[in-house]
Amino acid sequence: MISIKELEMKKIKDLENQYPFILSFFENNKLNIEGFEDSTLNEYLNHFTEEEIEEWAIDIPKIKSDLEFYINQMIQFLGLEKDIINSITILPGKDKYGNKENFDSLTIKKSEIVSIVGPTGSGKSRLLADIEWAANKDTPTERTILINGEIPDYSMRFSTGNKLVAQLSQNMNFVMDLTVGEFLELHARSRMVENEEEVILKITEAANELAGEKFNLDTPVTGLSGGQSRALMIADTAILSKSPIVLIDEIENAGIDRKRALNLLVSEEKIVLMATHDPNLALMADKRIVIKNGGIYKVIETDSKEKEILKELEKMDKIINSMRTKLRNGERINSY
Amino acid sequence: MNLLTVSGPPSSGKTSVILKTIEAIRKRGLRVGVVKFDCLYTDDDELYEKAGIPVMKGLSGSLCPDHYFASNIEEVVRWGKRENLDLLVTESAGLCNRCSPYIKGIKAVCVIDNLSGINTPKKIGPMLKTADIIVITKGDIVSQAEREVFASKVNSVNPQAVIMAVNGLTGQGAYELSTLVYDEDVKVETVKGEELRFPMPSALCSYCLGETRIGEEYQMGNVRKMNIGEDND
Repeated sequence: MISIKELEMKKIKDLENQYPFILSFFENNKLNIEGFEDSTLNEYLNHFTEEEIEEWAIDIPKIKSDLEFYINQMIQFLGLEKDIINSITILPGKDKYGNKENFDSLTIKKSEIVSIVGPTGSGKSRLLADIEWAANKDTPTERTILINGEIPDYSMRFSTGNKLVAQLSQNMNFVMDLTVGEFLELHARSRMVENEEEVILKITEAANELAGEKFNLDTPVTGLSGGQSRALMIADTAILSKSPIVLIDEIENAGIDRKRALNLLVSEEKIVLMATHDPNLALMADKRIVIKNGGIYKVIETDSKEKEILKELEKMDKIINSMRTKLRNGERINSY
Repeated sequence: MNLLTVSGPPSSGKTSVILKTIEAIRKRGLRVGVVKFDCLYTDDDELYEKAGIPVMKGLSGSLCPDHYFASNIEEVVRWGKRENLDLLVTESAGLCNRCSPYIKGIKAVCVIDNLSGINTPKKIGPMLKTADIIVITKGDIVSQAEREVFASKVNSVNPQAVIMAVNGLTGQGAYELSTLVYDEDVKVETVKGEELRFPMPSALCSYCLGETRIGEEYQMGNVRKMNIGEDND
């Protein structure tokens, strides 16, 4: 634990060197340290006049205690090993009528895909929330979630940096006014990755492999097509998001190679949960969870017959996709 | 009785979050009421009424809404006691981003949304920085990356707060929030003599007093000029 007493005596420039992330704390708290590099933190914080303190709502004691907390939080965050989650296990609870869920235990390992099926409102978001919260019989379904086979440390429930679940859905959009490059840089910074440029390049390349039409680092994110946006979201989630579990809520077929997208997530060792009723996707999973009345009604393993049918479906999908490309290129459809 | 102060910028989803959270709390057999503070108009009280939640509303009109809050909170607490509530929730909109209605020792929740722009955490003052719980809404319509960046910005301005994502439409996250807002060991009898977490700004210039004319000779009291490089003398 680093205490504020130690920090107060240090020069701003030394703090910057030792804890580079402190810059974003200063910036977001509108503390302009320009010209104070050689002052100690204490000298800097004490230089504000009474008027400035009232004017800009500066709360010095709170800044000190927040900064101490922030630095310790970040040190802990950076020290965490990556990919420490190898599996999650769902133990049954009950559906909304109080019936026990119809399975014994379901373990999903990293690089595994499980699809979730069931009508809207059947309880998919509750299942997801249970996983994210690492439920311990303390949610309405009374399910229990184990991580690596064990009851997890519940402090992670409130950690902003280590969320268990990343979500991708059809309705998600980019809303920032930034180019792809600036956007990825911002995300990489917030994750505090060291090899920023390399990661940004990797994501753009991966996204361009998934999208039908290529884009570059200067394209504004709000100007991407639907397919490109989804491709970028998936590549970014696969490569840059720290969450070990990815939930996909329907990906539309247009403008994106969904099989590749799933392969990308799997190759980045994610645990993939996918809510879908598209046979092309649902059958790609090894198992599917059937949800009914707020509970897990069944867990079905994809059998060999279904895998064979999937091959046929993939052929059809390819035909449709090639026609789409032809249309896009202004060609005629004359055979398949 | 527990008291919970919820505030956040307009349209950030406060009412939806509160409704979904109350739904979860009431399943535990607790009686919850809401007092909605707003400025000129609100029909959120009807939404609460429809859900069968005891509700009061207060419109600050020409007064600063947070000052209005501070002047009325003691009476509001008395109302909550008369209604026999286990939990009284106050909801108020942070309009100028400078004030906050939070009281020392009373749990404070700030609701902000992912759509409000990446620099919003920087723009909001004590309302965000001194909250105990920060609820981020509208996560279902922005990308994972934006959610992560937004949450990390929020964390850097208030690292000690619990930051949670709640979806006001589906209620995802509301149950979890509900476990944090009620504590049976907490007994609030009155807030008389309690202190605000952060002083409200000094105001009172001629325009506070009804002046409508523009021009330096009409400006008195607390007046400040922008520095735009003009020779002001």
